[in-house]
Amino acid sequence: MSGIARRLRDVLPLLPFLTLVTVFLIIPTVTVIVSAFFADGAFSLEKIATLFSGTALAALWKSVLLSASTAILGALFGAVLAWLIVSSPPTSGVRRAVISLCSVLAQFGGVALAFAFLATIGLNGVLTVWVQQHFGWNLAGSGWLYSLTGLIVVYTYFQIPLMVIVFVPALEGLREQWREAALSLGASRWQYFREVAAPLLTPAFLGSALLLFANAFAAYATAAALVSQGSPIVPLLIRAALTSEVVLGQSGFAYALALEMIIIVAVVMTAYNVLVRRTARWLR
Amino acid sequence: MRRTSLGGKLFRGLLWVMFGLFFLIPLYSMADFSTRNLIAGGRTLQAWKNLVQDNALYQAIVISLLLAVFTVVLMLVILVPTMIWVRLRTPWAKGIVEFLCLLPLTIPALVIVVGLRNVYLWVTYFLGESALTLTFVYVVLVLPFAYRALDAAMSAIDLKTLSEAARSLGAGWLTTIGRVVVPNIWSGILSAAFISIAVVLGEFTIASLSGYQTLQVQIVLIGKADGPTSVAASLATLLFGFVLLLALALVTRGRRRTTASHVLLASAVAVPAVPANQPGLPA
Repeated sequence: MSGIARRLRDVLPLLPFLTLVTVFLIIPTVTVIVSAFFADGAFSLEKIATLFSGTALAALWKSVLLSASTAILGALFGAVLAWLIVSSPPTSGVRRAVISLCSVLAQFGGVALAFAFLATIGLNGVLTVWVQQHFGWNLAGSGWLYSLTGLIVVYTYFQIPLMVIVFVPALEGLREQWREAALSLGASRWQYFREVAAPLLTPAFLGSALLLFANAFAAYATAAALVSQGSPIVPLLIRAALTSEVVLGQSGFAYALALEMIIIVAVVMTAYNVLVRRTARWLR
Repeated sequence: MRRTSLGGKLFRGLLWVMFGLFFLIPLYSMADFSTRNLIAGGRTLQAWKNLVQDNALYQAIVISLLLAVFTVVLMLVILVPTMIWVRLRTPWAKGIVEFLCLLPLTIPALVIVVGLRNVYLWVTYFLGESALTLTFVYVVLVLPFAYRALDAAMSAIDLKTLSEAARSLGAGWLTTIGRVVVPNIWSGILSAAFISIAVVLGEFTIASLSGYQTLQVQIVLIGKADGPTSVAASLATLLFGFVLLLALALVTRGRRRTTASHVLLASAVAVPAVPANQPGLPA
């Protein structure tokens, strides 16, 4: 009896935290999952079926395309930048500065990023005007910035720094001795890279790319600020379903789309975790 | 030492320049664009003056700043005692608390806002219709960042010995937390606060879809008519973020190498599965 009372007393101070998380994180998530499977109080696959409509599939395809292409671009360029950073002298201020800058820019998704690109290559953008004056080309032509291509360019801007942040530790984990050992055993630099560095870095690289994918897939603010009409990608389709639900009774659609997003992000993140554990074996 | 040929050096230099241009041109463009006089040509600071002169924008800035303050306070009041308690009295719950704290990283804000409608019916029923009710959701959003910062600071001190000493000298729990533990994890608290402020000021998803006029929502709204003002406000938020993170770097410097600000941020973006005693990166 006193054991239970004691246990209860021990848990009591955790209640504010647990309540907050339950009400504002768990309940919303469970609401989404449950609501996606219920219509009018009964179990139904009706809402799930809407995910296979033309609109939803088209949005999903574009979202995957956007996330995958920015993950690949971000991972490749980010890895190169990470390599530049790691191979510069460790004491240099440049290195610290670039890493700090990256940590800000990786967080710099959102609305500000959309406006940064509008100010650069929008219709009256600084770069647009400059190129127009000097070369006579129209950079902003046909409004591509508001299309999928534009989103890819803009997303890459925060994907590269994120890659740098998650990939630099893996690069730093490559010990200098391994390189020296390989070279002194007669390997060429290319051989060292192919036989030693690349296999060691592959899980970290793929893992980071997956993280980037999930990051892009779940991003909303930048796209919402940039694309005010139409809903080419899943997050914007959710916006459309949420804001027009009164008219079309589409809140069910929003639940289904949100469930789709949970599942995709969860799958990608699980794969990421598996790869991270493989990396953790030799890192540090 | 690595030997580098001239070609290699040139190649590296070229890469640095390309990355530099890609990242700095948009930032420069924001500064240029926001001071441009679109009508008469030349320069004007009108867009920047609008930050305080435009009433709607000014109101939104005030609301966002208030939200940032409330979020930080509520986050600290809830999270600090919880984390201390878990470490001292209920170690079996540490895994659960950590999991819950890092969960918002894998559940997109967009999903939360979709499922939040019913919850908010109750919240507005009890607390009234105010943008400041967003505080609760924002505390959840900043949990992963704050948790990592506080966890790093708490791992660096011997919490058990400190609190046992305080308790055996007759201090109650409140005194122990307020006068013994908190001063020792001060840098972690500051980091958690700074990161939370940065997150709240930049938050758009939940505020816009719940229909509240926070800074970011207002920036988008204004952007449809007055580009330069929106760009100025965006750049201001960004610069503020830079300053916060710079301050964060100063605060965390000299503590352990692994808790430098960028690692903290990075570990906050990265995911749950890492053991709590490694504030560094899982990747």
